Amino acid sequence: MSEFFHSVTLDAEKCRGCTNCLRRCPTQAIRVRDGKARILSEKCLDCGECIRVCPYHAKKAVFDSMDRMQEFDYTIALPAPTLYGQFNNLRNVDYVLTGLLQLGFDKVYEVSKSAEIISETTRRLMETGNLARPVISSACPAVVRLIRVRFPNLCHLVLPLVSPMHAAAKAAKVEAAAQTGLPLQRIGAFFITPCPAKVTDIRSPVGPDQSWVDGAFAISDIYPRLLEKMNRVEIPEPVADSGALGVSWASSGGESTALLREKYLAADGIENVIAVLENLDTEQVGELEFIELNACSGGCVGGVLTVANPFVAKARLHRLRNHLPPASIHPESNAASMRWENPLEYTRVMQLSDNLTEAMTMMQEIDRLCALLPGLDCGSCGAPTCRTHAEDIVKGNALLNDCLFILREQAEAAGINLSGLYHRTPEETEKPL
Amino acid sequence: MTPTISNCFEVSGEDFSRAGEASGKIKTILKQLGYDKDAIRRVAIAMYEAEINMVIHAGGGKAMVDIHPDRVDIVMADQGPGIPDVEKAMEEGFTTAPDRIRDLGFGAGMGLPNIKKYADSLSIETQVNVGTTLYITVRATQQYI
Ligand code: SF4
Ligand code: SF4
Repeated sequence: MSEFFHSVTLDAEKCRGCTNCLRRCPTQAIRVRDGKARILSEKCLDCGECIRVCPYHAKKAVFDSMDRMQEFDYTIALPAPTLYGQFNNLRNVDYVLTGLLQLGFDKVYEVSKSAEIISETTRRLMETGNLARPVISSACPAVVRLIRVRFPNLCHLVLPLVSPMHAAAKAAKVEAAAQTGLPLQRIGAFFITPCPAKVTDIRSPVGPDQSWVDGAFAISDIYPRLLEKMNRVEIPEPVADSGALGVSWASSGGESTALLREKYLAADGIENVIAVLENLDTEQVGELEFIELNACSGGCVGGVLTVANPFVAKARLHRLRNHLPPASIHPESNAASMRWENPLEYTRVMQLSDNLTEAMTMMQEIDRLCALLPGLDCGSCGAPTCRTHAEDIVKGNALLNDCLFILREQAEAAGINLSGLYHRTPEETEKPL
Repeated sequence: MTPTISNCFEVSGEDFSRAGEASGKIKTILKQLGYDKDAIRRVAIAMYEAEINMVIHAGGGKAMVDIHPDRVDIVMADQGPGIPDVEKAMEEGFTTAPDRIRDLGFGAGMGLPNIKKYADSLSIETQVNVGTTLYITVRATQQYI
């Protein structure tokens, strides 16, 4: 069941069933049942929107504890370029990388370096590889999952290359095995992640058969420890090996810039991403070569597991780039080794039934129920909209009178008068009884 | 008896931002019913073009969609100015859209030709100063998993 691993989960004790997350989830994957939110596994993208909006911090992201480093003889840190934007006045990436080494990693391998290699490979593939246009970036796993469940006609446009995180893990582990003579299983590669979607992409990747990454540490978790180490670094070790192009992947538009092409579009924030995909789906975007989409607003700098304000982080990265070479120098990359093993396939999580007659009968019933429901999308039934409530009823997962308005009508029809409860004026209610 | 799903939408006039609402909803319904993805795409594009046409030329109208097991029938009816020369309107690039609309990137004269291209059948009933009705059919089947 690895397909349904999720890094976004719920702490039922903290959840008050307030419906904030219910309304914000882009795939309507949340229901409130018995006063607690529940995530419908097959629809969840792990985008982290619900973590962002939960006022009680009941939604959490699963990530690894740094203790997991002890499971390996040799450990590699794979810092997302987003990490560099978390620090004020950073002019030299080596401070961050040296700090990571002092936290106990044996080696650091910059994900931004792999980003540069992926950019170059993408450039070459776009020139020679017969990729359908426009190519849609596959770097944000939440977006890839969104396309998989909602956009059957766009799946074939998604760039079939692993994301820089996977590529970095592979390159770093192969390199380390050669240097140390250790077998690959004894070498652990840990991604320093800005978001839960990447954690899911490690445990249950969509394109590649399996990931070379062994675990993920949240930027927010590692940050205080790393900062402490960094503050004590006097002369950093010269380990940085990537340039401005790779580092710019951390914010929206960066990946497009690194492609050195003009006809691109970059959109960020899950609602904007959905709007662009809808436009693309009905061929309204005009001629484009590349589309970069990030579920978080601002790009990965807006990930829920970061600490810095995304706009501040973006500005810092912009400055940092002035102190970096344009790009790292690396040997000719091997496109074949970065290719996805599995093409992206539409997953029919929205479909009502495999049998058309049955699906149509269900749809008619949904329409009939929608006409009965008040159409307020208030969420008090536990579903995000009246229509989803009707769908839940038809699928046997909810009852019509979970709707408070219907319940009231039924109560009144049965001669139970509730009007005393809800027609009181505030003053009356406040009077001590 | 196999059921038919009927939907009816008002298409508002002059409001570009809302054009595409009806086709968007139909798209979702077709996905929920499990129709094949190519049919969904053709229905969505044909309907979207017709919606945009209504906004540009006719000040809105009505979209009526009947989903049958083997096809989707779409009727787009407006009470706009009508099309004086249908044959000309079917030519690619022919447009009567005013400049201000074309400046927005619409009305490039591809509406009807595009609908024809994506639909399995298209017929047009139109009368000057009375209105236009498009009858669009897209063949569709459920795509099994
Ligand atoms: S992570 Fe995103 S898709 Fe999943 S339940 Fe939360 S808001 Fe919905
Ligand atoms: S935009 Fe970046 S941080 Fe946000 S979900 Fe996608 S990969 Fe993660």
